[in-house]
Amino acid sequence: MERKVAMEEQNKLLNDVTQADYKYGFVTDIETDIIEKGLNEDIIRLISKKKGEPEFMLNFRLEAFKKWEKMEMPDWAYLKIPPIDLQSISYYAAPKKQPKYESLDEVDPELLDTFNKLGIPVEEQKHLAGVAVDVVMDSVSVKTTFKETLAEKGIIFCSFSEAVKEHPELVKKYLGKAVPVSDNYFAALNSAVFSDGSFCYIPKGVRCPMELSTYFRINAANTGQFERTLIVADDDSYVSYLEGCTAPMRDENQLHAAVVEIITMDRAEVKYSTVQNWYPGNKEGVGGIYNFVTKRGVCRGVSSKISWTQVETGSAITWKYPSCILLGDNSVGEFNSVALTNNFQQADTGSKMIHIGKNTKSTIISKGISAGRSDNSYRGLVKVMPGAKNSRNFSQCDSLLLNDTCGAHTFPYIDVRNKSSVVEHEATTSKIGEDQIFYCNQRGIDTETAIGMIVNGYAKEVLNKLPMEFAVEAQKLLQLSLEGSVG
Amino acid sequence: MSVLVEKADLSLKYIAHYNKVKETLFEGSPDVLNAQRKKAFQDFVMQGIPTNKNEKYKYTNLHPHFLPNFSFIHQKEAQKTDPNAIFHCDVPQLDSYVKTTTNGWFNESKTEGDLPEGVILESLEKMMKEQPGLVEKYYAKIAKSDTDAMVALNTAFAKDGYFLYVPKNVVCEQPIQLINFLEAPKDSFVTQRNLVVLEQGADVKLILCDHTLNLNRYLCNAVTEIFVGENANLDYYTLQNQHNRTANISSVFVQQERDSVVTSHTSSFHGGLIRNNMEFVLNGENTEANVFGMAFLDKKQHVDNFTQIIHKKPNGRSNQVYKNVLDNEATGAFSGLIHVVRDAQNTNAFQQNNNLLLSDTATMQTKPQLIIDADDVKCSHGATVGQIDEEALFYLRARGINEDKARLMMMNAFMHEVVRKISVEALRDRIDELVERRLNGEVAKCHECAYQCEV
Repeated sequence: MERKVAMEEQNKLLNDVTQADYKYGFVTDIETDIIEKGLNEDIIRLISKKKGEPEFMLNFRLEAFKKWEKMEMPDWAYLKIPPIDLQSISYYAAPKKQPKYESLDEVDPELLDTFNKLGIPVEEQKHLAGVAVDVVMDSVSVKTTFKETLAEKGIIFCSFSEAVKEHPELVKKYLGKAVPVSDNYFAALNSAVFSDGSFCYIPKGVRCPMELSTYFRINAANTGQFERTLIVADDDSYVSYLEGCTAPMRDENQLHAAVVEIITMDRAEVKYSTVQNWYPGNKEGVGGIYNFVTKRGVCRGVSSKISWTQVETGSAITWKYPSCILLGDNSVGEFNSVALTNNFQQADTGSKMIHIGKNTKSTIISKGISAGRSDNSYRGLVKVMPGAKNSRNFSQCDSLLLNDTCGAHTFPYIDVRNKSSVVEHEATTSKIGEDQIFYCNQRGIDTETAIGMIVNGYAKEVLNKLPMEFAVEAQKLLQLSLEGSVG
Repeated sequence: MSVLVEKADLSLKYIAHYNKVKETLFEGSPDVLNAQRKKAFQDFVMQGIPTNKNEKYKYTNLHPHFLPNFSFIHQKEAQKTDPNAIFHCDVPQLDSYVKTTTNGWFNESKTEGDLPEGVILESLEKMMKEQPGLVEKYYAKIAKSDTDAMVALNTAFAKDGYFLYVPKNVVCEQPIQLINFLEAPKDSFVTQRNLVVLEQGADVKLILCDHTLNLNRYLCNAVTEIFVGENANLDYYTLQNQHNRTANISSVFVQQERDSVVTSHTSSFHGGLIRNNMEFVLNGENTEANVFGMAFLDKKQHVDNFTQIIHKKPNGRSNQVYKNVLDNEATGAFSGLIHVVRDAQNTNAFQQNNNLLLSDTATMQTKPQLIIDADDVKCSHGATVGQIDEEALFYLRARGINEDKARLMMMNAFMHEVVRKISVEALRDRIDELVERRLNGEVAKCHECAYQCEV
């Protein structure tokens, strides 16, 4: 009997999970300059003109657009995606005033207020965290901090538009090299219409002294945001890059189709961490962001390393596979992910590891947590080419189910083409053990706290990979998403 | 574009052939078969021969195997030689009740021994004519032609196969063995349709052997539907031993009622292209499905094991273990799906696929999948592709065992995990022996019979 009561209590608590409200729902009132809705060649020329881009960028966009026109939206994912009318989106939105600030005092106070509500310590970070933040507010970079400190080391960290103007040779050399324009439907779309993003170049032998970070926010309604990030790490360099996102509450679905490209040369290392908490839609599954992102890194040099770490708690639909192409001999790829879905959220995420060079190694750790009526899928590919002698992969994909209305799915693809490589994959699906909760209860820990402990313990392996500042935020996010049931 | 036309043409060839022989197909066929034929044909026209674009056939390209100009065998041919006279199944000490089929047609032959009372092992065509009521309930009920082009093609061309019926509470102590021969004067397209029905509490062990008796090219498209009643028990063993110019597409559909146990075991020793579709629907509570398989591939052989286990009711258990050893330019594929639907609480599902690659030109593609919609479940899967553990090898060599022998021992041990699941002792011993000889480099041949297997 008592057990039954306990069960009911537990179920109630788990139900409360679905009741947790989105805390970051607000709209910043900033004037934005929006061009008319629709997508055609003229719009692309207009975007390019508005941004004052050189010829090669316009050609890049037009080529992508031509390829995109011939493509169709893929339907193989384990997702139910309502039709997206790409013609009803405005492809360019920039804050009207484009001030150049030297200090924070000059920044629009309302914007600062937004950051404060989000808990992004822009001011404090200067002193405390030592993080340079390139804040992207609806596509156009408003403020870049710590630029001078970075410039001393020869590091280029700026908005994409700036990079196009000031370092066209670098952009031209590396743009589209990890994600070709015709790679997939959304990457092609992004290549054609991307508004802005971040560019980062670490010169030879430089170890970036601070963690670089960009906060993306989708702000103006009805503007799909098409970010473009390009990170190039030259020989023997190192950088840790942070990307975090929250979005205001919206009823209409917003499309986010970003592209992130990373290229590492000999012995370089890039660590890319994401905390994603976009508006997931309300309890009835209305609204929310569609997060269709193409992220790919190429380990071009020998012994280079790319590691992706992501904590995905937001978005109505998450559809992305951060990947590594291990081209250089002895290069290493890593993917660590926690994906939490609640209510009517859907996620189809995972990683691709393509082994081409000799002695290449990759690791995939994926932790899925499903609650509410959500569907959470892991999909991944490990491919070992004939030339990738002595390669090694280990994949582990665990799923945790919090109730009987959600789903957890695993779709790994393994393709091995030589005899000296070893590929291992394992996956488990289970719910939180009643015995585990009972054990905690027995020691005076109430069910709510117990579930929290178990979920956090379950995700620990991945959370530990995040940089300090992010790890704290990520833990908060997990708790927030499970609020009501978990402490 | 030209490729597209070519592919469309390929399906058209079979469509045209159907239209040409339509009358022969309908003529003299039992109504039960004919009732499904037309719809199945339409379903095939809609789907065509699956290409690599089809997720289910991502790793198996059927087109080259449908390309040759096959002759079709739509009518039963008079038996020229009694297969039993030239073929002796060489499983020593296996005391089984043996029947045979040739090119998909059931052979009426005298067999030593008797089946328990009420057990029927007959030609499907004959039974459909004699007892249509018994067969109609089951035919084409779980093998759906609208979602599977190969089933559609089979149902459209189906004429005969075997029918096994085990009545309520009948236990067959003696295993039943069915040997399927391919022996035609020309390159042939073979269609075989089988039906197995186990009533409540029935218990039977079925051993199937696939053989080719000459060197002509064959494409065999077989569909088997198996209904397992409450508390029934079925052991289903398949031994595939065909030459390199054979394409064997076998689709097995199993529906299990509560408390039933089915163990399927597929050994692919030899064959050009082997595609095994296994679909298990656990339609009652407390059912158990064990699905095991192993394959040895060399030269340019291709084996694709495609399994789906659908847990529909609570307290089900499923267990899949597939192992492959690949050499030369062989390609192997495994796609396994565990699908736990919302109500199937308390499910335990397990899936494992291990592969050894012995050459740099061999390819293994594996896709173990979980779709879980219930929360109180324990599901796991694991897949590995690799080589023999060098440390273990060193251990053996340090004990004075030479490298070749040590490797052989390791491979044997690797496969034995699957072999030991066989509960028919004589068969297990035989397969153990075959595994050893196969790994030894000897072409898998049943030493007395399949004298023409060596290609």
